[in-house]
Amino acid sequence: MTAMGDLKRQRIDELAARAGQVPEGEGGVSLTRSAYRRLRRNPVAITGAVIVVVFLLVAAFAPLLAPRDPYAQYLLGEIRPGFIPGGREGFLLGADELGRDLLSRLIVGSRQSLLIGVVSTVLGVVVGMALGVLAGAFGGWVDTVVMRFIDILLSIPGLLMAISISVLLGQNQYSLMIAIAVTQVPIFARLLRGSMLAQRDSDYALAARALGIRRSRIVFGHVLPNSLSPVIVQATLSLATAIIEAAALSFLGLGDPDLARPEWGAMLSNAQDFLSVRPELAVYPALCIIVVALGFTLLGESLREALDPKFRR
Amino acid sequence: MQRRPQRVLAASAAALTAVTLAACASSDRESGSGEGGGEEQTGGTLVFGAAGDPAMLDPAFGSDGETFRVARQIHEGLLGNELGGTEPVPELAEDYEVSEDGLEYTFNLRQGVTFHDGTDFNAEAVCFNFDRWYNFEGLAQSPSASYYYQAVFGGFASTPDTPSVYESCEATDENTAVIRLTQVTSKFPSALALPAFSIQSPEALQQYDADNLSGSEDSLSYSEYALEHPTGTGPFKFESWDRGNGEVTIVRNEDYWGDAPLLDEIIFRTISDQNTRRQELQAGSIDGYDFVAPADYQSLEDEGFQVLVRDPFNILYLGFNGGNVPGTSANPALQDPRVRQAIAHAIDRETIVNSLLPEGAEAATQFMPPTVDGWAEDVTTYEYDPDRARQLLQEAGAEGTTLRFYYPTEVSRPYLPDPAALFQVINQNLTDAGFTIEPVALPWNPDYLNAVQAGQADIHLLGWTGDYNDAYNFIGTFFAEASNGQASAEFGAFSNPEIFAALAEADAEPDASARTEQYQEANRLIMDYLPGVPISHSPPALVVAENVQGLEPSPLTAEVFSTVSISD
Amino acid sequence: MLRFIVRRLLQLIPILLGLSVLLFAWLRALPGGPAQAALGERATPEAIARYNELFGLDQPLIVQYLRFLGRAVQLDFGNSSRTGRPVTEEFLERMPGTIELTLFAMVFAIGVGIPLGYLAARKHGSWLDSASVIGSLLGVATPVFFLAYLLRLLFAVELGWLPGSGRQEVRIDATRITNFYVLDGVLTREWDAAWDAFTHLVLPGIALGTIPLAIIVRITRASVLDVVNEDYVRTANAKGLATATVRRRHVVRNALLPVSTTIGLQTGLLLSGAVLTETVFAFGGVGSAIFESIFARDFAVLQGFILMLAVVYVLVNLLVDISYGLLDPRVRVR
Repeated sequence: MTAMGDLKRQRIDELAARAGQVPEGEGGVSLTRSAYRRLRRNPVAITGAVIVVVFLLVAAFAPLLAPRDPYAQYLLGEIRPGFIPGGREGFLLGADELGRDLLSRLIVGSRQSLLIGVVSTVLGVVVGMALGVLAGAFGGWVDTVVMRFIDILLSIPGLLMAISISVLLGQNQYSLMIAIAVTQVPIFARLLRGSMLAQRDSDYALAARALGIRRSRIVFGHVLPNSLSPVIVQATLSLATAIIEAAALSFLGLGDPDLARPEWGAMLSNAQDFLSVRPELAVYPALCIIVVALGFTLLGESLREALDPKFRR
Repeated sequence: MQRRPQRVLAASAAALTAVTLAACASSDRESGSGEGGGEEQTGGTLVFGAAGDPAMLDPAFGSDGETFRVARQIHEGLLGNELGGTEPVPELAEDYEVSEDGLEYTFNLRQGVTFHDGTDFNAEAVCFNFDRWYNFEGLAQSPSASYYYQAVFGGFASTPDTPSVYESCEATDENTAVIRLTQVTSKFPSALALPAFSIQSPEALQQYDADNLSGSEDSLSYSEYALEHPTGTGPFKFESWDRGNGEVTIVRNEDYWGDAPLLDEIIFRTISDQNTRRQELQAGSIDGYDFVAPADYQSLEDEGFQVLVRDPFNILYLGFNGGNVPGTSANPALQDPRVRQAIAHAIDRETIVNSLLPEGAEAATQFMPPTVDGWAEDVTTYEYDPDRARQLLQEAGAEGTTLRFYYPTEVSRPYLPDPAALFQVINQNLTDAGFTIEPVALPWNPDYLNAVQAGQADIHLLGWTGDYNDAYNFIGTFFAEASNGQASAEFGAFSNPEIFAALAEADAEPDASARTEQYQEANRLIMDYLPGVPISHSPPALVVAENVQGLEPSPLTAEVFSTVSISD
Repeated sequence: MLRFIVRRLLQLIPILLGLSVLLFAWLRALPGGPAQAALGERATPEAIARYNELFGLDQPLIVQYLRFLGRAVQLDFGNSSRTGRPVTEEFLERMPGTIELTLFAMVFAIGVGIPLGYLAARKHGSWLDSASVIGSLLGVATPVFFLAYLLRLLFAVELGWLPGSGRQEVRIDATRITNFYVLDGVLTREWDAAWDAFTHLVLPGIALGTIPLAIIVRITRASVLDVVNEDYVRTANAKGLATATVRRRHVVRNALLPVSTTIGLQTGLLLSGAVLTETVFAFGGVGSAIFESIFARDFAVLQGFILMLAVVYVLVNLLVDISYGLLDPRVRVR
């Protein structure tokens, strides 16, 4: 066997393998159904899905799952500067810096973190998409104006924008979400526009235009769906970054002023003063943030592949 | 009066520590000279981690701790602070005499002192500085610029509507300065120990246009003097200020009139994040820092660092605003004394002191620490009693009253090491007692201070570290009558003629023991009226590496580094 | 190409005008004006009024704006209210630090990210693929202040290999020429200073680089996968072109297109957005100055810095668009 022959066979094998992924007779099956079918067989997708589902279930049933009241300062009397009680019966992970049950706070904290992540990402995607579609679909002067506006927004440091918004709207949990969303808008807009630009000039779009298909039909029927995959990738990352940015804003003292309300980012930043006493206070919420971020991203990434029409062939 | 013996004890204890420390220092030197055969251990560079940049280095315009930390090494006043204590002691003045009526002070000045620019320190220089403050114009009169001058002396030459306590300064001979006042005030001469009243080189002040606060739209600029040429008589001379990296470098003043400082050089480096400061100390990049988190006292000591705990000389309180300030919407429910008492009874000060504050913290019964003359044993106290709090609230018909509770973020003050934790505990206390709390968090400076001092909060956390041992410096700062006949907006601009009169009377009393009693009476009145809840006195700490010797913690946070040495 | 560049540079003018209006209005909408910030905690209303009058802050906003603009075109943004120094001078002193840090972070992100992303795509579905995706995500999923703490704990405190904050060891007396500390050290042949300044870039550079790293890995991986499935690659494969040729000519080149957008976007973001990283590492760049200024309401610094950063940002994007044109002939045609 020559090396050349090896390579050739390998290529054929690859092509074959890819062809084999598509079950016969799929031509008539809807996009979502086939995507679902492929997702079910992807271990990465399953891992992500499991994490996300567990996270969602925990958030939904948090009050039932939490062994104790996350607000009650049970062990406050035992706390001394330089000492925070660790795990013991009834307090599996020990107390936080104010004698509250750390486990219960982690469980209930999932709700607020979920809320912050979802609301701010959805807000960011919707506004960013509107701008991106406007620019990408029409091109010309609309494109120029919108993109210059996006450039202006992008040239302002995101954190500065978030800080100003918290200052403007007054500090509360909603201004936090809006602040995070605003930093996402220009990213989504630019990303979508860039990818639409590439799609618009692609062969199939040109072909469709040559066939006399209406512009709006091309945009919404072909260009937009095909441009979505980078947005999905970005949105999954954004879900994670939203939760992380919430932690950053808490760290800067611009988070939810009601510190008793458990939220992972705020718990992590509040634990900064106690890192030398009980690092677990920071490590557990940090792990929660990392695992959930990972879950959403794995799921999103697999979803992207599954939804991508190119992979259906 | 029962406090007296304790005061003496405390004082002698302090003296004892000073003696022991001196003994340690001298024994170190002996062993050093024994081995090295040379002189005492001198030289070296100390890098100290500061929490923020100084605003500038002309202390006459200073009012914040980071500015004063550096200024104290460069500048000196007629009076200074006792090492490790709160009493003013002679510094550039050797002593002074007071006239019968308490209006004329004759300062006998130290001789042979020169400023860092080589010019002589003398009576003319003293009067030049006093006249400089009195004749501030324009922006220099703004409260943030000359805060301490205005707090002690009142008005300026050009503001006849606001009279000044200062009348004149006369250099009767080379080494005698006579300062005349228009009225007696307990603040004088103690206040002269403040860095704000440092005597600076007249020549440098003029050469670098010290009073020229200028600016364009949007900005206030300090003078060239304040930024690049501060010139005093202190143990260290200003060398350079790297603004981009937040590093102020000062070097030994070889011509210092007192004991020569031991270090060659001190670099104050700004590291705003508390964890970064700790890690940089652990990594050896810096040799010490201020504002140690209470949680770190023990672990740092275990690692071999020296945690230097200062005696508590501060007050932390929860201030009330009864809604008397025009243009704000504070809750009038706090005008009912029962509601105020309910809050006081609801707060568990013992738990706060034990669990959140460093060891050595005490629960407060009034708005000044027990070591200040005028502290009263027998003020009305409000024990932790949630049932009583609920009952009072019920009697006032104010159950479920909503209070906007302001607290600062991202700051650690000597009296308030962890605002977030403190807020959460008090929040829980008040909720348990039947209040509804609406939390408002703001960044410390300027947002929080502005909001709170403009009277926007219903209740808020704030405190004060004493500038010198004087009751008026505490309760006068908080509750004295302002020009509009009310207390400050921070406390809801309440009017209580009894408290106002008691404070004014005590301030103008020349006799010390009579004054002490008058301040005690003022404290009783204040705690009966209850304009806020005094919470605690807390001991802040500095930390230095094992090889740093001779740093004496000051309750005023007024450490001078001239006795500090560093070994390899 | 030259016309394209000139046109883009001309487009900069309306952007800067728009940004200046936006900034001006926005900063003045913040509660607590410069007077209050400058005069401080116990300012009386009279003192504020006097200050406002003195500095023309009592004039209508439009008058204030035009004055600001008039000075801004001469690069005069006034003096910082915190330091009293000209804003432009401060910017020139601090920007080199931010550029050095950004360069380090991007070199780290690109150097690790593109090979990792490419490898992940080549080994699509393998453990290496999952590991690189997860690994790149770990950095991004850790809040930077906590990551900074961990990095310092390991490399500065425990191992003592790298400095944990600042731009230069304070005890080193280095000569400053350009304010690019590494470059200064090289120019003056103060090699210890250059090396010291470089080591100061490592930890903040890694912390800062994690986000672009993760994004570059993911975008590289995604676009390589995309391109591999494009018709022309299949065609090339089917034609029997050598795999290496296909990869070089088609896969890499086309896959780099979205990656270059990402790199440009991220470089711009890092230049202006290292606010938190610079703050937690006490690194004296523009980010930490902006951070301190917003709380101090130092409008002069905020306006000046953000406008000058916008110029930098737009120039970086211009470079991206140029490279776009070089990489994708389809765009160049336009």
